[in-house]
Amino acid sequence: MSTARDDILSRIRGALEDIPSAERSEHVAIPRRYNEQESIPHPELVDRFIARVREYKAQVRRVTQDSLAASIASACTARSVRRLLVPADLPPGWAPVAIELVVDRALTYEQLEACDGILTACTLGIAQTGTIVLDSGSGQGRRAATLLPDYHLCVIYDDQIVGLVPEAVARLNDVAHRPDRPITWISGPSATSDIELNRVEGVHGPRTLEVLVVETVRTATSTDG
Amino acid sequence: MKYEPLPTRPGIRFEDAARAALDNTQLRRNMGKATQTIRAKRAVVVEELPDWQALREAGRAIKERTIRHLDQYLLELEASVQRAGGQVHWARDAAEANRIVTSIIQAEKAHEVIKIKSLTTDEIGLNEALLEEGIEAVETDLAELIVQLAGDRSSHILVPAIHKNRSEIRDLFQRKLGHSNLSDEPKVLAAAARAHLRRKFLTVPVAVSGANFGVAETGTICIVESEGNGRMCLTLPRVLISIMGIEKIIPAWRDFEVFLQLLPRSSTGERMNPYTSFWTGVAPGDGPRAFHLVLLDNGRSRVLADPVGRQALYCIRCSACLNICPVYERTGGHAYHSVYPGPIGAILTPQLVGVANASSLPYASSLCGACYEVCPVKINIPEVLIHLRGEVVREKQDHPTPGGPDVEGLAMKFLSYAFSDRKRYERVQKVGRVGQRLMTRGGVIDRLPGQLGGWTAMRDVFPVAPQTFREWWSARS
Amino acid sequence: MQVSLFITCFNDTIFPKTGQAVVHLLERLGHVVDFPADQTCCGQMHYNTGYQREAIPLVRRFVEVFRDSEVVVSPSASCVGMVRELYPRAAELAGDHELAKCVEHLIPRVFELTEFLVQKLGIEDVGAYFPHRVTYHPTCHSLRMISVGDAPLRLLRNVRGMELVTLPRAEECCGFGGTFAVKNADTSMAMLGDKLRCVLDTRAEYCVAADNSCLMHIGGALHRQRAGVGILHIAEILASTEKGGHR
Repeated sequence: MSTARDDILSRIRGALEDIPSAERSEHVAIPRRYNEQESIPHPELVDRFIARVREYKAQVRRVTQDSLAASIASACTARSVRRLLVPADLPPGWAPVAIELVVDRALTYEQLEACDGILTACTLGIAQTGTIVLDSGSGQGRRAATLLPDYHLCVIYDDQIVGLVPEAVARLNDVAHRPDRPITWISGPSATSDIELNRVEGVHGPRTLEVLVVETVRTATSTDG
Repeated sequence: MKYEPLPTRPGIRFEDAARAALDNTQLRRNMGKATQTIRAKRAVVVEELPDWQALREAGRAIKERTIRHLDQYLLELEASVQRAGGQVHWARDAAEANRIVTSIIQAEKAHEVIKIKSLTTDEIGLNEALLEEGIEAVETDLAELIVQLAGDRSSHILVPAIHKNRSEIRDLFQRKLGHSNLSDEPKVLAAAARAHLRRKFLTVPVAVSGANFGVAETGTICIVESEGNGRMCLTLPRVLISIMGIEKIIPAWRDFEVFLQLLPRSSTGERMNPYTSFWTGVAPGDGPRAFHLVLLDNGRSRVLADPVGRQALYCIRCSACLNICPVYERTGGHAYHSVYPGPIGAILTPQLVGVANASSLPYASSLCGACYEVCPVKINIPEVLIHLRGEVVREKQDHPTPGGPDVEGLAMKFLSYAFSDRKRYERVQKVGRVGQRLMTRGGVIDRLPGQLGGWTAMRDVFPVAPQTFREWWSARS
Repeated sequence: MQVSLFITCFNDTIFPKTGQAVVHLLERLGHVVDFPADQTCCGQMHYNTGYQREAIPLVRRFVEVFRDSEVVVSPSASCVGMVRELYPRAAELAGDHELAKCVEHLIPRVFELTEFLVQKLGIEDVGAYFPHRVTYHPTCHSLRMISVGDAPLRLLRNVRGMELVTLPRAEECCGFGGTFAVKNADTSMAMLGDKLRCVLDTRAEYCVAADNSCLMHIGGALHRQRAGVGILHIAEILASTEKGGHR
């Protein structure tokens, strides 16, 4: 008896009989005449990123490296976040004072959910779409950690911001091949328009997303893992 | 009401189902508002991209390449997923896919699964199949939850409960979720769904999803969503099963640079949807411990065999064609009697189930071409509609059904004969001019017999002119 | 230029004034018009309804009649669309390579009237005069099948004495769609109802289009309602001058 795999493949080959047998997949040309890189100056790119993140009803603020820990603390205080979940490899200097930090060392889902918020880094941001990208790299935690608490505070350095979607996709090419690096693109807090097309922000993920954009000290190295 | 998966019931004709829908005031209002709102949002974000047409060209070309070499890409995907720690299953049809999913769930000793909104699982009737085995499938997308709780059917591939208004949903939640004092504010209703589903997310051991894209090169699967229920399902349960139509494949990771621009803007009219998840096999210490990918044929290889019709397989399920379609806007999705409504449904359903089983669908269009214009992968829907109409007629002519004479067919044959000769054509004009005297009133014809009566129900007919153009021309020269 | 007129069967039979207007207009612009009398119907109704085998004799006839024409001009975007977009498919379906070749050679010479004037001849002001309030409905096939763009509007904007009012939701289908209006009469009526409302909202005297097929649909309903709003093919406006209508 033939397997489903064999049957499906042979049906497909039969169905494609009109395709010349000498044709290879790469013979079907793909015209890539779209923009692959944004040409505007970087400061404008950062402005655009901030404006577009904000359009999706996420909170976004510019901060400096020196004030980062204080900014994280004040963001948490403003949201009444008392127990802040952090990944085990939180970058040094980020830990806010006077906020209880819960380090994610294989916590249970219930323990994750009991936290008031989660603080992470990200791997890049996309100005065109107001997107932050997590790729399970350093300081970004595992996926459940950025999902169960009701508040996600994400730190991005302004030199992590790229212009267009193609630039982001290109940068992610290597991690995309790795099973240990699932990727999540986040554009604003979760939302639904399922009831009469009225947009409601905050359904299942963190209902509040806050992004801190850190002005990069040009000599410093990025935290991008 | 029992959910009706493909195949559709050939006895139900679009025009009859549409008639009932057109009289439904609530539906007309909701559909009109929904389609026009999303249409306008889409137009704004598409206008914003100077390279939109280039992206469409690329999107179509990538899909064309994939479809023309589908066997190769499927094998590549299979190898990539296995290399990344996932298991790959192949399903010839709905029954086989349902058996595969059921046995995976049973091996986990689970009696409940959580689901991400998936047209593919609707197509194969998975929820019903699982129920027969004593497994409850819980829909976690808000609209799908509404439809499931109401025992209703989806009316739109993106916003399935768009035919329901807020007070209907409030009443439903009060009845089914044990609330007594809900307001009909969308925010309140969404919060009720959040609370209801949170426990499920944390405890149900198996999740079932569809797939927006599967990358042959890397084995990466992608889910595009808004609410976060997708992330929950993809991350929290210990086992994840994704059912993917074989046409959802894309060759390379790089191709996301095209599709992640085309899809959100075409679909919800956003620059980017809130959450997009990508995973490659199984990640140690993060997310499910086992990942199963079920590759589904279920009629797709049949679609593939038609060189004109196979472009329907390029579809990325954005629903832009539904939102722009003047027919869909007025009839809603239920009139199409398929999980795939709207213009794309009108070309996909008849091909999946055979034109004889959905012969009214290719005619459910005025061929206005708006669907082709908005399609992000440039599926020439009018071209395929016309092609399938040809199939319907050829089928009818080659296998005539017993019953009365085929009036339309006879008329078409007669006109073809009459119009292929000048003398006969001119005679028809003259006969018409004489014959219409009985019917003409006040310079127009206001009632025509038989099928043509549909026209004169609302419109007068302008008669054959006293002097045709050709008569004027020959008198002039 | 020697222009061969493809009048189309329904203009010939029901709307002869449109054809007459095209003749007057083109002659006024200095062209020589001929009307090959062997022409009948392009076969669009057959083809689009699925009677594709039955359309093939009509395709052959069209190609036969116009194969030697310098240019073929037609006052119907829809029929031009049939020739340009679907004749190659019909020839393929007939399995007739000779026919396919003839079609391929003929297509670049087939024009819809307004695109012929604006895009081929580069004329936007034809010296017309029409002292009325009109609104313009861009038909689906003119817009999306053969892409005449704003050629009709450019011509209309230069008509003296005329008040041109924008039609709301102009680009939406009127619900005609050939046999769609009969097979799906109810849905078609729902679409037409909205189109009528938009037309009436403009308070125009005439609804104008580049295709009498859609106008027959809109006009048939306007007449049924005794709306007092007329329909007019764009050629009839363009043919009118201060010396009087072309009629």
